[in-house]
Amino acid sequence: MNEIADILAPAGSDTTAGVTKLAIMAVGGQGGGVLTNWITEVAQKGGYRVQATSVAGVAQRTGATIYYIEMAPRTDHLPVFALAPSTGDIDILIAAELMEAGRAMMRGFVSADRTTLIASTHRVLAIEEKLVPGDGRADPAPVMAQAKEQALRAVWHDFDAAATGSGSVISASLFGALAASGTLPFERTLYEDVIRASGRGIEASLAAFAAGYDGATAGVSEVENMPDIPSGITTPDGPADLIGGWRALEARVEKLPEAVRPISLRGLEKVVDYQDVAYGSDYLDHLEKAREKGGGFLVEAAKYLANAMCYDDLIRVADLKTRASRDVRLRNEQGADRDAIVHVTEYFHPRAEEVVGAFPAGLGGFIERRGSLMKALDWLVNRGRRVRTDGLRGWLSLWMVSGMKPFRRRLLRHKIEAEHLERWYSLALEQSDEALGIEVLKCRRLIKGYSDTHARGLSKYDRVIGALPDLAERDDAADWLRRLREAALQDEQGDALDGALRTIGTL
Amino acid sequence: MAERSFAKEVQQLRVGAGTTFRGEGILAITKALLENGVGYVGGYQGAPISHLMDVLADAQEILGELGVHFEANASEAAACASLAASVHYPIRGAVTFKSAVGTNVASDALANLASGGVKGGALLIVGEDYGEGSSIMQERSYAFAMKSQVWMLDPRPNLPSITAAVRHGFELSEASNTPVMLQVRIRCCHVTGEFEAKDNLPPPMTVKDALENPRRDHSRVALPPSTYSHEQEKVHQRWPDAVKYIRENKLNEVFGPEKARVGIICQGGMYNGVIRALQRLGLADMYGETQVPIYCLNVTYPLIPEEIVVFCGGKDAVLMVEEGQPKHLEEAVGAMLYRAGGTCKLVGDGPFPKAGELTGQIMLAGISSFMGDYGAAMLPPEGRASNAPPPVPVLTDVVPPRPPSFCTGCPERPIFAAAKLVEQDLGPHHIACDIGCHLFSINAPFDIGATTVGYGLGPASAAAFNAPDANRRSISFMGDGGFWHNGLATSIGNAVFNQNDGVIVIVDNYYSAATGGQDILSSRAENATKSTQHPIRDAVAGMGVKWIRQIDRTYDVGKVRAVMTEALTTKVKGPKVVIASSECSLNKQRRERPIKAAAEKDGKRVVATRFGVDEDICTGDHACIRLSGCPSLSVKKLDDPLRDDPVASIDQTCVGCGNCGEVADAAVLCPSFYQADIVHNPNAWDRWWDRQRRKVIGRLQARRDAKRLRFSHL
Repeated sequence: MNEIADILAPAGSDTTAGVTKLAIMAVGGQGGGVLTNWITEVAQKGGYRVQATSVAGVAQRTGATIYYIEMAPRTDHLPVFALAPSTGDIDILIAAELMEAGRAMMRGFVSADRTTLIASTHRVLAIEEKLVPGDGRADPAPVMAQAKEQALRAVWHDFDAAATGSGSVISASLFGALAASGTLPFERTLYEDVIRASGRGIEASLAAFAAGYDGATAGVSEVENMPDIPSGITTPDGPADLIGGWRALEARVEKLPEAVRPISLRGLEKVVDYQDVAYGSDYLDHLEKAREKGGGFLVEAAKYLANAMCYDDLIRVADLKTRASRDVRLRNEQGADRDAIVHVTEYFHPRAEEVVGAFPAGLGGFIERRGSLMKALDWLVNRGRRVRTDGLRGWLSLWMVSGMKPFRRRLLRHKIEAEHLERWYSLALEQSDEALGIEVLKCRRLIKGYSDTHARGLSKYDRVIGALPDLAERDDAADWLRRLREAALQDEQGDALDGALRTIGTL
Repeated sequence: MAERSFAKEVQQLRVGAGTTFRGEGILAITKALLENGVGYVGGYQGAPISHLMDVLADAQEILGELGVHFEANASEAAACASLAASVHYPIRGAVTFKSAVGTNVASDALANLASGGVKGGALLIVGEDYGEGSSIMQERSYAFAMKSQVWMLDPRPNLPSITAAVRHGFELSEASNTPVMLQVRIRCCHVTGEFEAKDNLPPPMTVKDALENPRRDHSRVALPPSTYSHEQEKVHQRWPDAVKYIRENKLNEVFGPEKARVGIICQGGMYNGVIRALQRLGLADMYGETQVPIYCLNVTYPLIPEEIVVFCGGKDAVLMVEEGQPKHLEEAVGAMLYRAGGTCKLVGDGPFPKAGELTGQIMLAGISSFMGDYGAAMLPPEGRASNAPPPVPVLTDVVPPRPPSFCTGCPERPIFAAAKLVEQDLGPHHIACDIGCHLFSINAPFDIGATTVGYGLGPASAAAFNAPDANRRSISFMGDGGFWHNGLATSIGNAVFNQNDGVIVIVDNYYSAATGGQDILSSRAENATKSTQHPIRDAVAGMGVKWIRQIDRTYDVGKVRAVMTEALTTKVKGPKVVIASSECSLNKQRRERPIKAAAEKDGKRVVATRFGVDEDICTGDHACIRLSGCPSLSVKKLDDPLRDDPVASIDQTCVGCGNCGEVADAAVLCPSFYQADIVHNPNAWDRWWDRQRRKVIGRLQARRDAKRLRFSHL
């Protein structure tokens, strides 16, 4: 970006004031070329001379792409148009994705004295954001804040949703937004004529055009923020005796500090749904042990205790995959209505470890301690299994596995998980520094996934918690533990974590 | 069948005089070829001239009507060699390819062709893949023109200028018996505009005429002693002839006032950028009427010393606007001015950076700096003062980079997922890459591959890593495009002959996919004008490879992993070749989607496959994404305060390739993925079975639900 500083930007003497300069920044595959052609057509029909260029090439394969258009009212002379957009010299910048709007601003293609920014608020996440084991999503707020300062006018809307809602793609809704912005001196009908003349999918394109037009007129749809307070607390349905049991648990939650109640209820629901009412009672027993602690500790305990108690075992997976509610959600996701015939294939790959976890604790432990038995069991079960859960054989086999739920507390996996929970939770409770205790609770976040991923998570947890003795004496121990945890979530193998641990070694 | 069809646009190629032709640069070039009686055309695809090849392929009917032969050459070398048809016969020929890489490949043919010279006009249309959007190392084609002595045209980037350059290219070539390069840059290839069309001209002599009336002239063959006379001929005859033609036809243009203290010399391709900078400085009007004289080099090789010396005469300073490095033009012009004893100062390096694309902002900065130093009096008051630079936004840490990657459903993704798993099992290996979509493996999430040194050269670039006593083998990748372009002999033949012990993976996606899905020898499709369906396996076996494994469904990650593991561990000596074949998803979708839609509309039973993630089973570790990178596999935040991390999610663009499910299985990740096959227009049997299943499942679900607490949002 050093280039920008080098410019001797002229003011007032520019002879291209009569030229409208428009750039489109998109992600490869979003249809930037179609939008460019439409805009070119509109300009031509509207009595303009127009020139479009692009750098079609390797970036079309899901990379960041740019298209550029210049136009001027038609006269007898040919204007000389530029072939590429220049810093500080763009009238209209269309960004087909939120971060591409940010990229346009970084490149200096949006300026406060002249640029109308038309940008979609939706995200197409870059691979760098997606592959992080934690939450690697970039924060959209700075981009939108920057647009407030850097653009003459910013038109934000989720143009992707506007388009897909009409069964079309974003090029059509952005075309509508351009029309609505009034930055080009053409009537709406001219834009629509261009779409009509373009051939395929006219009705859907026109609908998306209208949705984009209305969206741009309506303006910003706020970027969604996660609610802090849990929502949707409802009374469950079920047999009367269980409802009674639930009411008793609710009464216990009522005795907790007010700030802790909503999240505790969510935790309680999760635990009871996972196992039963008695398990919910166990959950509250654990939570009540922290009654002496502050509200901050209790909130985190309520959250992570629920997650720790609802570990992912064969029974849970089988239970979730055989529920009626799952079928409803799946159809919703796939756009299939209730009556549609949907064949569902699950991709399973159980190993001896998972299977032995579903054995009674005594037998399971016996096998686990003997390598040859484990090997034999692994040979028996360890392979990829495709299970058709819309079919009776597949569904029934999962249904039977989920039927083991009443025995869960006697199984090996439960024993392991309960012991681990006990160690982790006591460790958090016994910290005299409450902030440090909270951080210990939060480290539970590191344990997730199945098989190798789960093992890797456990190892990261152990490494982070293992640093506790070195930190305990420090005033900023809680902050250090937080940093270690965040480092652990940055990459798969824990390289960032190792780096952070080395730093601690030098303290 | 290529990625983009020009079937509609090529109809415009038929229009005659009196019509205004509207379209892209490449289409205009094609039209100009036909208007100038071209007898044969050829080339090899690659950005930015891929579409020129696609246009030619789609225009074969029109070409045939005119008696023009079209050749989709096996490589740039083959394309350039085909210009030999113009050596003895007065037939005009044109070939096109990506440059500088294509010219590298073609340079053997180019040098020999240029030695003997040509009788018919021979045009090389080189797409200069330089600057933003380029996919190759940053070099100039200019040195090739100099070393082989072929002329280089660099016309102003508008349709009338490029089409005129095609005509002049042929005439200049014939007037000087020298092949001519017509250089077009990325944006020029795709620029839209219009020009006045002329009637198409069938070639006065066709290749058929030539074949039936063969000629030879011993003195044109590049073999001593003729080569010695060719060299003399080049400088004593062809060069002066070229200069004469260029001057007489005023190929280079002078704009602006005759008298001024300063001036600008620019490559034709830079003209619009120069004018835009002058416009922004208030020194040129909207239509290019400039106050600063410009000498525009529509021919950059050879230079015309007389014109340059005259232009610079009486000027204090002249700015040389030249893109790329080395600065061949600046050095040559400087020497000319020195020899002429002039006092004009030549400026270039200084206001302009030593390397890189001359973007709008660099052009503006360079020209305003030059004008400030040498022509301040001409600048309007506003242009003289340096305004404060615009604020630099603070988004560098926010906006993620977005490099190109494998498309949704790409069959190459599972190959590299398998390779990543193999490396997890057997440790890291030296991995050599090649040119093609598969080179995206070097980016996240795969991060696989150490080098890439040329098309079809992947395995050759691992040739030195052949130590039979080493306990690890090299792995090299090569695409089907590279294989047929160069790899069969240079990579496979080399490995067989030298008993290389490495593993070679040939990524076969049925097309030259990265360049836009053109057909090649092993394409499975029927092609009306080309011979396809020649299996790579047969070619590899024919070269003498003994250990060959063919994989016909690359999405089977477990199988790819097993085969690669076997190749890396087998006791068999010599090259181990794995051919991993599945059709390019982009092309497959384009082929199948309309067929399926039509079938569904006709009431036929159609199964649509997509994948999904059970959000309550996914724990948000994203291990699946680290083995995939599929654009349709993303993450989403759940409305659940108990969950910290976003979970994996598959969007509507999923094409149901199955990679995510296969990866979850092969890498033993998690049971979150499911495959949903929606049966459109089910038959009676489908419906009957569905009813029975629902009856049983529904009853059992109701029974269990009656005995438990049910929360509406769980």
